[in-house]
Amino acid sequence: MVPISHILILSGALFALGVVCVAVRRNLLMILIGVEVMINAAGLAFVAGSLRWGQPDGQIFVLFLAAMAASEVSVGLAMIVYMQKRKRSVDLDDFSDMKG
Amino acid sequence: MNATIFYILAAATILSTFMAITRREMVHAVVYLVLSFFCLALIFFMMGAPLVAALEVLVYAGAIMVLFLFIVMMLEMGTPKRRLTPYWKVWGPAAALAAVILACTALLLTSTPEAVPVAGAGYITPRAFGKALYNTQALAVEAVSLLLLFALVGALYLGRHD
Repeated sequence: MVPISHILILSGALFALGVVCVAVRRNLLMILIGVEVMINAAGLAFVAGSLRWGQPDGQIFVLFLAAMAASEVSVGLAMIVYMQKRKRSVDLDDFSDMKG
Repeated sequence: MNATIFYILAAATILSTFMAITRREMVHAVVYLVLSFFCLALIFFMMGAPLVAALEVLVYAGAIMVLFLFIVMMLEMGTPKRRLTPYWKVWGPAAALAAVILACTALLLTSTPEAVPVAGAGYITPRAFGKALYNTQALAVEAVSLLLLFALVGALYLGRHD
């Protein structure tokens, strides 16, 4: 039997990996991947809560998280394609000025 | 036995996510992230959430990662130069992780269903999930459908020709 705390530790470790990816990588696509990792870590915590209390609400929230991640990725990738069209770059440092 | 499978899968999840966020080539990062999602789906299955596990594979590994691959290939962000490392060093870790996932899947599918869940109150059937989703959370379902519509409109607006 695996205690719930170990599942939450796994979720926290995954979230930390996502934060590191967003903070360290300079590629816009890698930043979106970091956000995906963080959303998945949150979903794992939701399912752990659902398991702990035997209620389906945590799993329902994972469904909403999946919808949110899908919409976030579609809009984010569309923005990346738009930025690539404007500046021929997907590097974060090329988008440091506000007036382009 | 099942606890061992959980810890193996947890280690594989952490390892594949770490590999994904440290890769230089985007395609490799996407492949490792797909492996990480498969590990997470198995963990969800062990935690008594079979529907969420199926959704994890369908939505994350199936739809979102394919979208990432499309964009990576559209923006031509592949390998800029030929690598000097041997080729097996590139695909070796991914193949090893995939073998671990396959072995864990086989072990989980052959074990008895009631032995699968980890500690907790219990297994939630897809029927209970669907009843709760469309009875108590019906308003949230409508809100999510609106969110998806807005995302569609926003993506179309950003990608328009002008």
